[in-house]
Amino acid sequence: MKSFEYVRAASVSDAIAAGSVPGAVYLAGGTNLLDLMKGGVSRPDRLIDLTRLPGLDCIEPSADGGLRIGALVRNADLAHDTAFVQAYPAVAEALLSGASAQLRNAATIGGNLLQRTRCPYFYDAASACNRREPGSGCDARHGENRLHAVLGWSDACIATHPSDFCVPLVALDAVVEIEGRSGRREVALDDLHRLPGETPERETVLEPGDLIVAVKLPAAARNFSRHARYLKVRERTCYAFAVVSAAACLRIAGSRITEARIGLGGIAAKPWRAREAEKLLAGAPPDAENFRHAAAASLAEARASGDNEFKIELARRVLVRALTLAAAGTPERVPALPASPFSTQPGGLHDT
Amino acid sequence: MHHSISLTINGVRRDIALADPRVTLLDLLRERLQLTGTKKGCDRGQCGACTILVGGRRINSCLALAMSHDGAEITTIEGVARGEQLHPLQAAFIAHDGLQCGFCTPGQIMSALGLIHEGQAGCDAERIREAMSGNLCRCGAYAGITEAVLEVQKSLGEAGERRVA
Repeated sequence: MKSFEYVRAASVSDAIAAGSVPGAVYLAGGTNLLDLMKGGVSRPDRLIDLTRLPGLDCIEPSADGGLRIGALVRNADLAHDTAFVQAYPAVAEALLSGASAQLRNAATIGGNLLQRTRCPYFYDAASACNRREPGSGCDARHGENRLHAVLGWSDACIATHPSDFCVPLVALDAVVEIEGRSGRREVALDDLHRLPGETPERETVLEPGDLIVAVKLPAAARNFSRHARYLKVRERTCYAFAVVSAAACLRIAGSRITEARIGLGGIAAKPWRAREAEKLLAGAPPDAENFRHAAAASLAEARASGDNEFKIELARRVLVRALTLAAAGTPERVPALPASPFSTQPGGLHDT
Repeated sequence: MHHSISLTINGVRRDIALADPRVTLLDLLRERLQLTGTKKGCDRGQCGACTILVGGRRINSCLALAMSHDGAEITTIEGVARGEQLHPLQAAFIAHDGLQCGFCTPGQIMSALGLIHEGQAGCDAERIREAMSGNLCRCGAYAGITEAVLEVQKSLGEAGERRVA
């Protein structure tokens, strides 16, 4: 690990002043950043420790009837907050399906949004990677790429965003509160991450010094609490990133869906909102045929970026399954294996 | 530039001067304080061998900068037994063959202490397995580990869950 200057920020304004300098990086839980620094992928000159900043670890109602989650709230604390789980069950399930209990105890909500891709070529300093080193090329493009993007990718970069938390959040219109050199502003989570295009190194719309201070959920996000699920296919049942995941949040009145919110994970450089599918489902009965149409529409633009054609069909099926589970109703408690399509207990759900 | 931090480790306050801000809690415990019970496996947050409790919560000490934890209360495997008297979890690991080579065991036990303190898994074996999935055991003693944790959970009962850790 390259050496760095350590700065403990006492206030948000101090943090922004110290963090605006080239080579400065913010440290919160450190679960991704320290890993990247150990591998020489991230080489900051100056580390601004945010963990002592006051007031950023609260979960509180916002003025517009929604919820404001401070950026320093730990993943585990949010996922186990009783009122939060009841109001936003798909978000809690997504959080609990990510990483391990140890990592969830350390990782923060703000840091989760800014975690870097898990593309192995990005992590290997000896490989060409436009995201890590602009203009160096992309060894993933013709390398081991069965887990890479099928939507929104470019020849410059085919990496995916690894967050589970962001997938139901983007479906529920979450907003990111950012404090920067020119004051406070809000950006829709859907607009925070950028698709790679020709500049994959520019991962978000954040400017130097910008600090995420909170994530907000609008009041309408809790209307989906009775029919909300997150489903995640992994290469092993626990403690793995998504091959493909889906968040399905429905409002059902009588025999029809009145409103649908859908997010997809593991398939693009950002959490993917499937708005076309949402439109198709509004007013439709919650049945298998409509779910298949919606899933087909979600993946209509998808194309393989390598040996990952299978992810397109897998994403369709995961979304159909997520919608089916959401329509059946949110379980009383987050399942023993959160977001898993498998259960080792008799009576677990099998293919329908 | 020298930094100084203070930590309470297994109930003992330690004032520590750090010449280098790169030191993790794991390296501090092992290299500076000779508390080598906490193991370094992958050093990248993937294996769980370095699990310790900070403020009663389990974390991977390999991904924790010591500087960032100034003032923290830390429990390591060395602080779990009372003299010669093993903690019930330690005794249960032995009784249920929850180990073979033993390298992952300190991390497994600290993780299980954290799990019991969290109070989320109860006596559900599937929830225990999921909650212990951040601790790898190359010898494959998972069945015994689950039985050991389950036994201690049962003996504590729901009311006693928060007292143990």
